[in-house]
Amino acid sequence: MSDIVLKVGNLAAAYRKNTVLENVSFEINSGSLTGIVGPNGAGKSTLMKTMLNLHPSLQGTVSFFHSSLEKMKKRIGYVPQRGSVDWDFPTDALDVVTMGLYGQVGWFKRASSAHKRKAYEALEKMGMADYANRQISQLSGGQQQRVFLARALVQEADLYFMDEPLAGVDAATERAIMKTLQELKSIGKTVLVVHHDLQTVTDYYDHVLFLNRTVIAHGKTKEVFTRNNIAKTYGGDIRWLGEENGYGLYPVK
Amino acid sequence: MDMGSILLNSSLQWVLFSTTILGIAAGTIGCLAYWKKQSLLSDSLAHAALPGVVIAYLMLGEKNLIIMIIGAGISALLGAYFIHFIQSSTRIKEDTAMGMILSVFFGFGIMLLTIVNRTAGGNQSGLDSFIFGQAAAMVQSDVVTMFCLTSVVILIVFIGFKEWKLYLFDPNFAKGLGLSLKWMNGIYMTIFVTTIVVGIQAVGVILIAALIIIPSVSARYWTHSFKTMILLSAIMGGISGALGTFISALGSSWPTGPFIVLFAAALFIISLLFGKEHGLLIQYIQRKRHKRLVGFHANNIRLKTKEVE
Repeated sequence: MSDIVLKVGNLAAAYRKNTVLENVSFEINSGSLTGIVGPNGAGKSTLMKTMLNLHPSLQGTVSFFHSSLEKMKKRIGYVPQRGSVDWDFPTDALDVVTMGLYGQVGWFKRASSAHKRKAYEALEKMGMADYANRQISQLSGGQQQRVFLARALVQEADLYFMDEPLAGVDAATERAIMKTLQELKSIGKTVLVVHHDLQTVTDYYDHVLFLNRTVIAHGKTKEVFTRNNIAKTYGGDIRWLGEENGYGLYPVK
Repeated sequence: MDMGSILLNSSLQWVLFSTTILGIAAGTIGCLAYWKKQSLLSDSLAHAALPGVVIAYLMLGEKNLIIMIIGAGISALLGAYFIHFIQSSTRIKEDTAMGMILSVFFGFGIMLLTIVNRTAGGNQSGLDSFIFGQAAAMVQSDVVTMFCLTSVVILIVFIGFKEWKLYLFDPNFAKGLGLSLKWMNGIYMTIFVTTIVVGIQAVGVILIAALIIIPSVSARYWTHSFKTMILLSAIMGGISGALGTFISALGSSWPTGPFIVLFAAALFIISLLFGKEHGLLIQYIQRKRHKRLVGFHANNIRLKTKEVE
């Protein structure tokens, strides 16, 4: 079970004049749950968007399941940042989740009641069954994130990309989301998550990818989640709370 | 002429019919523009269409609605291209780019129009009616052209309803599912510009944008469902189109556009006041009820504390 499902080679991307990503290369094995960490502006979201061709790449290659994105689209699920859509859009939670099934429904066809049921079950799984007919504008941030996750679940993809699913959600939602991600991993799915909170990395992810414009370190969390790598990625002064001798300072080498 | 005989007038019936369906198309496409956050773009493109209308007339030497619509369409698309170009390759923001293109194209159009009006027989061209709209000036072939084009627009939105919803709500996710954004953008721009340019003869370049913008905003006050919003917006657009045309037909050479827009605005004010989703009246009532509830609770607590004392 260590087939390579995602291979990124020498990827580079830019916004206007600024190069955000350069020389990004890594491979992801199937069945792994990887946290992508790095400081603000390190290019975490851009990396995800560039891999999925939602942002143009300057150079480099990305292959999914030893094939192209175009051919493997159906096996890939993407959960964008919550702030990327207008939640004032007039629709309800169930309808948003049903959107995840549009590929299966077929273009220009109507979603059947079986599809609706499937969407409802995904909402139920995310603890959102009571909110199925709730206007999405009336959902809290955490609930909106759960809806997005439910929409990704119904896609039944093999490889998931999640852009900060834990941003601005409460503890209960964070637990629910992480439980779902663990479940996805346990049934052999591969998940990549842009993550912000360094404190929880070791608890949540079996693999970690340090990113700051390029890959600083990548591998099993146990092996690469070291102070050295964190300092290299975040640069400057990283203070460690709970250090035996009080504060420790780890400058860049 | 009294009202009854006006209604029986068969050429007016045709014109009424065509402005009604124009209003329906404008209300429908307006909802798409509303959620694409491009309501104002319709105004820029309508103004940008004027030079195309006049140039088409100059090239042909006579009025031919189909050719003029094509001219208007090319001119409007050129405007759209410039707006996109300015905002993507300079530091100028979208609203400024739209303001620039709107005024420059419209100014150019007015200049051409002045030249045409000075030429022999030019002032009989009736081109002036393209500014404020003159539905009554439409002949039967114009009505047929308008009917066909607007029907196609409505049909396209109707057939791809589910796809439009996905495209408007979350385009990146749509792309992930395999929906081609290039195609959706292209189709959207085509039906958007088509609706604008077929409407300019009846409503005028200055006011056609209002028929696109206002009904969708009014509809927003009544529903939380995208489907209902489109339907309501289409109905309100249709009613505005019909009533505006009817009133303008009562006078001689009254412009149609302003009356249509006034009816659309009246429907908006009704929606703003009485709309069941965040209408002003319902908000006032809800706030009052909450205030009373909070006051009631506070009173209860005060009474209880007194008892304890």
